[in-house]
Amino acid sequence: MEKEQKNTKKMTGSHAVIQSLLAEGVDLIFGYPGGAIMPVYDALYDYHDKLHHVLTRHEQGAVHAAQGYARVTGKVGVSIVTSGPGATNAVTGIADAMIDSTPLVVISGQVGSSLLGTDAFQEIDVVGITQPITKWNFQIKSAQEIPGALARAFYIARSGRPGPVLIDITKDAQSSTLDFAYTPVTKIRSYTPVNAPDESQILKAAQLINEAKKPLILVGQGVILGGAENELKTFAEKTGIPAAWTLLGLSALPSDHPLNVGMLGMHGNYGPNVLTNEADLLIAIGMRFDDRVTGNTKAYGVNAKFIHMELDPAEINKIIKVDAPILGNVKETLPLLTAKVIKNNHAEWRNEFKKYDVVEAERIINEELKPSKDGITMGEVINKISTAYNDDAICITDVGQHQMMASRYFKFKQTRSIVTSGGLGTMGFGLPAAIGAKMGRPDRPVVLFVGDGGFQMTIQELGTIFQTEIDVKIVLLNNNFLGMVRQWQELFFDKRYASTELINPDFQTIAKGYGLHVEKVTNRSSLDESIGRMIKSKGAYLLEVIVEKEGNVFPMVPAGASVSDVRLE
Amino acid sequence: MEKELYTITAFSENHIGLLNRITIIFTRRHLNIESLTVSSTEMKGIHRFTIVVEASLDLIERVTNQIEKLPEVLRAAWYVNDDIVYREIALYKIPINYAIDRNIEQVLREYNARLVDIQNDFVIIEKTGHVEDTEKLYDVLKPYKILQFVRSGRISISKHKKELATYLSELPINEYIKE
Repeated sequence: MEKEQKNTKKMTGSHAVIQSLLAEGVDLIFGYPGGAIMPVYDALYDYHDKLHHVLTRHEQGAVHAAQGYARVTGKVGVSIVTSGPGATNAVTGIADAMIDSTPLVVISGQVGSSLLGTDAFQEIDVVGITQPITKWNFQIKSAQEIPGALARAFYIARSGRPGPVLIDITKDAQSSTLDFAYTPVTKIRSYTPVNAPDESQILKAAQLINEAKKPLILVGQGVILGGAENELKTFAEKTGIPAAWTLLGLSALPSDHPLNVGMLGMHGNYGPNVLTNEADLLIAIGMRFDDRVTGNTKAYGVNAKFIHMELDPAEINKIIKVDAPILGNVKETLPLLTAKVIKNNHAEWRNEFKKYDVVEAERIINEELKPSKDGITMGEVINKISTAYNDDAICITDVGQHQMMASRYFKFKQTRSIVTSGGLGTMGFGLPAAIGAKMGRPDRPVVLFVGDGGFQMTIQELGTIFQTEIDVKIVLLNNNFLGMVRQWQELFFDKRYASTELINPDFQTIAKGYGLHVEKVTNRSSLDESIGRMIKSKGAYLLEVIVEKEGNVFPMVPAGASVSDVRLE
Repeated sequence: MEKELYTITAFSENHIGLLNRITIIFTRRHLNIESLTVSSTEMKGIHRFTIVVEASLDLIERVTNQIEKLPEVLRAAWYVNDDIVYREIALYKIPINYAIDRNIEQVLREYNARLVDIQNDFVIIEKTGHVEDTEKLYDVLKPYKILQFVRSGRISISKHKKELATYLSELPINEYIKE
């Protein structure tokens, strides 16, 4: 490598950590201090005007908050934790970020290098623990390694298919001195973030598209991660191909776009699921054929050829053998394909989706949104709130029934407007993720939908809201059940409700204790007004809605069934 | 899909922890590694993993892709036995009196094995070849009262006529050699 003239500056490792973060443009981090990371926290004290630190109430919250921040901004989320339990508490968030391709840099403190491997106080092999759940991880044992390792960490986290990186720094590396100079990494010889597409596959794909009578686009998060929303729209509009989306592909295409035909998968819409097996061509764009999308893969896309546009070569042919794989960032590859396809309309085929929409509305949606029964449904609350925000809020969800209801009934105008735990399905994700999302996009309203189960998994983060005075609207859809598990027990386990009923505390009192505005709705007649008050309020708000105890999410593709066997009841 | 024996070769940076990152790709899929050998290569700082696994082709392809996906792995590829020249090395420890009494010289000559060490009370014999070869010799030496036996993991070289440097330079980022 060429010798560069570097202006180095002598400083401690902990200052080098902060300087490296600043050099990467980081101005917000989420964390929790402890023994082995104290030198870094001490350095933070000198930088409070440049680098804002949010003290969460648990390390899991710190990582989920960083995820929420990363998902709405597209930037790398950063969290910082101590060794031992600090690091193990971060594990769930790191795993969540791994499976949902969220760019994160997690910095963990570690015991002094002389104590490594001695079972020292709060020593844990966090590099070993996080190997299967990080895109890359590294342990720093000397101060001089800090800028180089962090530069690599940010590059790997954000480039190619994004993911979490963990950097473990021994306490002595934090406190000893180095000659600091920061050079951002733009290339690593063993790492190919983006592969070039094969021209012949693009031609083959174009031909498949031009010949298809019943093509369907499957939109995944790759479109959002690649910033390819406009390229997707141009491609879909030219070809006239209907587009359905995965949970994480939600908001890539506006909800009211005429080609948007709804959600795929287990609780997706009726038409896209049934018609997946009538389609003669499935065009997967930045999605990975998750089992929640495909159901039984042997009975998936049975009449279809497959085009797979994907950044990660390891995803090609992993679940579905495809006819035309197109490697690369879809932002670059979609225009190449668009240029080679003929203008089309597919009016008749698109009309098929409308027929199923009518059935789904009659059998499910109408009753969910305008119930004939007294009990309030999750769907109607979500729908009313979406409308009250003019379909333009950032929607955060936890995991469970309300999550599926939110993805079905919340509407979107802008991309990066939903933050939800997809691959890992992490209960407790929502509240801290909402905090991070609001901090990433203070200009937009952020509304969290959470169940009474998941709320209590990270409820301590109300303390973070209290301390930071962040304006997060929390809609607690309380049915006194672990609703999704109860639904499965009802449908598949003879209604044997084993350990799914929750005897809950008074959430109003708890939230009041944390300084939130609170309101509880038990009756439909006061719902609209309460929603109005929440939206007009300044500051954090808990709107608790007592919803029907045994409501179910439909349609549903039972686990292991074919998508075309989607159940309406 | 039918199971077969495959050899996966991966070239990587020489970094701590990478061995574990590679092996967990196999353990997560409940694949038993038959043998694994890590060694340096003719290029400084580049290491070579040779992993032998019995699995279906479908699984081998997926596992190889996952290995290549690791940021510290330069290149990973899978081979069937016909694509490669491969060897294992075996060592046999035998009591010296048995070796003398039973004419070990003839066995060494016949099986192309070597005597690599002679001590007061035992000798050590070395044999390289395929598993079947070293196993055959094991059977032959059994009456000699084998005290200890050890066999290495497989090492292999592909039959393509390419230098490693050329091979690696054909990677998508071909500024590789400059570093």
